[in-house]
Amino acid sequence: MDILVFFINKVVIAGTVLGSIYALGAIGATLIFGILRFAHFAHGDMMTLGAFFAFVIALVFYHYGIFLPIPMGFVVMPLAMLLTIGVALGIDKTIYAPLRKRGARPVTLLIASIGATLMMQGLIRLFFGTGQYSFFDYGEPKTIIKLDMSWAGSRPITFTEPQVLMVIVTVVLVLILNYFLTATRFGKAMRAMADNADLAQVSGINTQLVVRLTWVIAAALACAAGTMLSLDVSLKPDLAFNIILPIFAAAIVGGLGQVYGAIAGGFLLGFAETLGVFNWATILRPLSNVLPSWIVIPPDLSLVPTEYKLTVSFVILVITLLWRPTGIFRGAST
Amino acid sequence: MSAVSRALLLYVGLVVFIVLVGLWQGVANISLLMLQASAFALVALGLNIQFGYGGLFNFGIMGMMMIGGFAVTFISYPVSKTFWTGEGPLWLLRAFIAFAAGFALVWAARRAPLKGGWKAALVLLCWFVAYVLYRSQIDPAADYIEKHDGFIGGLGLHPVIGWAFGGILAGGVAWIIGKIALGLRSDYLAIATIGISEIIRALIKNTDWLTRGTLTVSPIPWPVMTPGDYQDHGVDTTMSFIYARGGYIALTAIVVVIVLFLIQRAYAGPWGRMMRAIRDNYIAANSMGKNVTSRQLEIFVLGSVFMGIGGAILVSILQIFDPGSYQPINHTFLFWVMVIVGGAGNNWGALLGALLIYLVYTLAGSLSQTLFYWVSSWTTQLGWGAIPDIDSRSLQMRVFVLGVVIVLALRYAPKGLIPEVVRRER
Repeated sequence: MDILVFFINKVVIAGTVLGSIYALGAIGATLIFGILRFAHFAHGDMMTLGAFFAFVIALVFYHYGIFLPIPMGFVVMPLAMLLTIGVALGIDKTIYAPLRKRGARPVTLLIASIGATLMMQGLIRLFFGTGQYSFFDYGEPKTIIKLDMSWAGSRPITFTEPQVLMVIVTVVLVLILNYFLTATRFGKAMRAMADNADLAQVSGINTQLVVRLTWVIAAALACAAGTMLSLDVSLKPDLAFNIILPIFAAAIVGGLGQVYGAIAGGFLLGFAETLGVFNWATILRPLSNVLPSWIVIPPDLSLVPTEYKLTVSFVILVITLLWRPTGIFRGAST
Repeated sequence: MSAVSRALLLYVGLVVFIVLVGLWQGVANISLLMLQASAFALVALGLNIQFGYGGLFNFGIMGMMMIGGFAVTFISYPVSKTFWTGEGPLWLLRAFIAFAAGFALVWAARRAPLKGGWKAALVLLCWFVAYVLYRSQIDPAADYIEKHDGFIGGLGLHPVIGWAFGGILAGGVAWIIGKIALGLRSDYLAIATIGISEIIRALIKNTDWLTRGTLTVSPIPWPVMTPGDYQDHGVDTTMSFIYARGGYIALTAIVVVIVLFLIQRAYAGPWGRMMRAIRDNYIAANSMGKNVTSRQLEIFVLGSVFMGIGGAILVSILQIFDPGSYQPINHTFLFWVMVIVGGAGNNWGALLGALLIYLVYTLAGSLSQTLFYWVSSWTTQLGWGAIPDIDSRSLQMRVFVLGVVIVLALRYAPKGLIPEVVRRER
């Protein structure tokens, strides 16, 4: 039983947390691809920017000595989302919209989004340097919850308060999005435009509005994902670049343009990464009494060394692209 | 104004700019900048072949440069006596045999007379067995070498051989990448190549026994006389730097001129016309009997060879191979800015863009540093205190400047400063 608890602590919890963050990021990336037909590289930086907005607002609250029973990062998230949405709409208006109007190819927009990435990254590092920050350095405690498992063994199931809230917030956001996409007029318009943009336009859908709506959703989700990632680990200006590729990987694995595919892809990659670096030796150790003596279980028996954790996503990405370029759920193509 | 006179005018402007920077920064400094710019120019020409001629979206330039850098380190670094006299080579031989056995296993499984799901399962199982077999041999070998020798050292040959090897190795890796990834659509190819270059970076960074990883290898020998050699002959310090860098620039300039001559000839010839046909309409080119996939593979490998050579030259200049210092911004996106600003498809444009953007990129750092110190002294006088960590922050301004340049270029000059000239025969 101890072994199962160990497995839950190391894989199930870590995988769920990482998976929800990847899923939220990947939904945004996949929506932008579905509506605007380009791979939006600045998505990772949008997440970092959102996290920093939340951090700065939280700092203001800390400064006035306001502490709430739930972590401040979650409380200020709606405000940070609004700011991130503003930035995203601004970037679209100044950078992408003129290119779209000229009828530029999707790849030109991709390169423009790299330009936007560089601009955002430069500005974030200009203000915040290259150091690390944490929401919990200013007097707020990071509550660790231990579920007592004494009826089954000595080890408790351990997770933190932000991790619980993170999963709840992800579920709520996904449910809202699901309702929006399937039951409201705008959501239907969005799906129509993702299906066939020209047809949507001639049937009277305001495509400009749909584009703006896409940015609103994508930016809000990116802000949530970034803030939650920095609540779980730490806030770094170069958070973005480590995460944009797994997010694209999740979006592509799920099929670009497919919201539910992106969620599935996000969790798949989150679990693949944690399982890849999981040390199987601990699970197998009880077997050493049963096994013949010439089989010695080495102390480190992970599938890939820890340094290669992120590489797992890239390998899955490359394999998916080669084996089934449209993703597991058939995605949109340009 | 004709295209040629426009290009000439821009080049005259560039020379004036370089001279002005030289007057500002000093001759020794500008010679170092130009030396590094020549290595960057070679890589930019490689990208121009891939993107400008062939329309391929390679965002994995960093990986190719790292392979080139590793190659020149391996060839030109002095021989490690402790490694070759110790047990290290034997360990590596065992790992190699394990690798070969695993390869043979997978190869055999792929030719097994089975069908459908069974075959896929068998191949997957063989991959897994091969991986475990290889890991079981390479891990102790790596441990042994890292404990006893640090890393395997080099071969102690001339750096120029290392450059050539860097080109060959990068070309070989590009062949493998191209074989598996070139069938993809443009934006998928871009994402796949980024992923592959990150995998290459992780491998080179973490295989300490081969590359010494983040511990870095230095000093890597120069191919020409170093400043120290000149100082031994009684040249004073400043002049020795100028002579040494000048000698090196002469060498890299020869490489750049040869490459430029060759690819310019190739562009004008039937091969170049065929590549443009494939770039502009691969369906039509295919129906005219051109083998699109193998031609694209050809151009992908050729461009990557130049990237490998450029990466190797850069490591020789810096005299240090530090896998931790490679960043997608400096080693992938910078080249895209160079080629797009200069003019994709035009080699003279790519060369101009490379030199210009490299100078702008490096100068933006020192310029914003000056600006920051000025603002900082101003805020100190006002009593708000100085700006903390100016040096590390102001360097980030150049990333911002790079982003602004690429966005402006895409919006206002999408064809670049010196656009491609499409000559039509009647």
